[in-house]
Amino acid sequence: MAESRRTVHSDRARRFVADEARTRWHDEALWFVRSKRDAAADQVPDWEALRTEAGGIKRAVLSRLPELWRQFEEEATQAGAVVHWARDAAEHNQTVASLLEERGVRRVVKSKSMLTEECGLNADLERRNIEVVDTDLGERIVQLRNEPPSHIVMPAIHLQREQVGALFEQEFDCPPGITDPDTLVALARKDLRARFLGAQAGITGVNFAVAETGTCVVVTNEGNADLGTALPELHIACVGLEKIIPETRDLAPFLRLLARSATGQPISAYTSHFRGPRADWGPRGSELHIIVVDNGRSRLLAEPAFREALACIRCGACLNTCPVYRRSGGHSYGATIPGPIGSVVEPNRSPSRHSDLPHACSLCGSCSDVCPVRVPLHHQLLTLRSHLSEAGHSPRGRRWALATTAGILRHPRLFRSVSRWGRQLARVMPERWLERWALPWTRERALPPIPAQSFRELYSTRARREGGLSKSDRARREDGPQAP
Amino acid sequence: MRVALFIPCYVDQLRPRVAFATLELLRATGASVRFEPDALCCGQPFLTAGEERHGRALGRRLIDLFREDDAIVMPSASCVATLRRHLERWAPGPEARSMAERVLELTEFLIDQDTETPALPFPHRVGLHASCHGLRELGLGTATETREPPRRDPAAQLLSRVPGLELVDLTRRDECCGFGGIFAVQEDAVSSRMGLDRLADHRGGGAEVLTSTDLSCLLHLEGLAQRRKMPMRLLHVAEILAESSLEKGWDHAVRDRGSLS
Repeated sequence: MAESRRTVHSDRARRFVADEARTRWHDEALWFVRSKRDAAADQVPDWEALRTEAGGIKRAVLSRLPELWRQFEEEATQAGAVVHWARDAAEHNQTVASLLEERGVRRVVKSKSMLTEECGLNADLERRNIEVVDTDLGERIVQLRNEPPSHIVMPAIHLQREQVGALFEQEFDCPPGITDPDTLVALARKDLRARFLGAQAGITGVNFAVAETGTCVVVTNEGNADLGTALPELHIACVGLEKIIPETRDLAPFLRLLARSATGQPISAYTSHFRGPRADWGPRGSELHIIVVDNGRSRLLAEPAFREALACIRCGACLNTCPVYRRSGGHSYGATIPGPIGSVVEPNRSPSRHSDLPHACSLCGSCSDVCPVRVPLHHQLLTLRSHLSEAGHSPRGRRWALATTAGILRHPRLFRSVSRWGRQLARVMPERWLERWALPWTRERALPPIPAQSFRELYSTRARREGGLSKSDRARREDGPQAP
Repeated sequence: MRVALFIPCYVDQLRPRVAFATLELLRATGASVRFEPDALCCGQPFLTAGEERHGRALGRRLIDLFREDDAIVMPSASCVATLRRHLERWAPGPEARSMAERVLELTEFLIDQDTETPALPFPHRVGLHASCHGLRELGLGTATETREPPRRDPAAQLLSRVPGLELVDLTRRDECCGFGGIFAVQEDAVSSRMGLDRLADHRGGGAEVLTSTDLSCLLHLEGLAQRRKMPMRLLHVAEILAESSLEKGWDHAVRDRGSLS
């Protein structure tokens, strides 16, 4: 559950890594998904061109959001839907709650939506005594465990089936010791079926909002968005400001990329288009309400260095490929969205709370290469580090250490003497002291042998002894104070 | 051709023999080589630590130092990547652009110069660790994520010419080793796990020697391997390639070689 805000990624990651077997299992599970993605990408002849096309559409969209959303609102309204606008999480939750309360709704089913996670919708509705049931199997599992999802596509990827069996034994009327996935799924399905039938409203997220038609497109593998919206009279679709695309045909590159990047499937099992409410529902037809949420997105849009992160289609490929995510788990990020994309988006939303996340990254760049819309994630993470530091969100010790180092490096002679004395000191110091001084480097690593002389020192003495200076060396000798 | 050798701070301080090996390889190309003693650091530590402002003064100084050289060669892919990618932001202008274009990673320079095949054999099974910065920032090799046409991998090309040297197969040929500069201390637990996983992959492939174009990756992996007394030698690519020229007398540079065979 919610861990202390002061605990940083590295502390939680340390705890995760301490369980070696689990870390290996988690890493392998996600690497398997990454490998499936690679195989799926192989099936598309112009994979890289497709990434360029999709990324291009999203970038163009980001420059014309107001116009596209106006068009969407017109079209959706025309089709009979009601469009609401929410500046932040509180407005979003209030809008949902009002819609439900006005209609006396007490039981709601919800399909997967990272936006509602971000807004803390479940907790808000529960405070108002409205029961909300997540219907995506992974979401349902973490909901029953009273914990947040650890992955944006596979919410319960941090759990093994034994843990799910133990959970179901507590929650459902079933015998202990069940670990067979099919049996577990059947148990969850039986419970969910009753929830679907009893629901008075269905909430869904939205993968793509099509301006041309006012359609909300929702992609799932379990069909739970369809079931959750087919039965009740009220459908509330919650959509982030960045999810708009101009035309229906723009869906093609995204749908080809999304499932392949996310899970390695050629296509998701269900791609549902919701255009207006259903006239054939009951005597008066059903209701469709669409809530468009900003919650910091327009602020991100105004940041030239980071706005491209709004092109993200939430496929999770950057999480699956991230060597840090794979070995530290989603919960170690302490944020709604973990992994590389979360480490860009979350510190932009709440800098003081998530300033450590851009450092939970070795800058390997795999995320940028895997991203289906070419968000330069690792460059953004690098830039974000300096932005956060300049805004005062960097530890004072780190700032001081680097300012000192920079000062020394600006003066070659000073560098030479400081480094020489440093090395001599390191060579005479008892090893135990040195190891302690060099923590945390030395927690798992031996220190490298410290040479008596640096290359610069060796070079100048050898060059002097052997007279081995090349012509160009001699020509430059006046430039180097230590050159012979 | 006027070639400048830029030995970054950590190679200078911690592994001089890599710098000597690099120097030998550069001289063997027949180019006129000079060492620039006042070029100390590429600025990468400041960049990765989020203290990029310190890079600016450094960048301008480097531009001045290397104004005259046709090529500036470093035995460290990540340092080259820092300059090629970020120097222009630190010191905007055509001079920075010019320098960014002239900075080269050692193996990429050697391949461009069409150097001769090393004469002395290195009869060992070698694991080549792809430096992420070499791979993704400098485009040395093809990353497993992309479906772009294959790119040249100068380090692998050069190593495959060494008589007796056998490159081992890896299950994850471009996974990060977990060094990442400040990451290695800020996130030391994950960093170490990543490094140990890399070592295991190389050992699984039967590597006796692990090599790379980035000494920083190697120092991290070496630290992990030594703490656990793993039978693995870690050598910079230059140390393997320069063996013949090293015999001329930079004895300290080959001191540890004997223990291999």
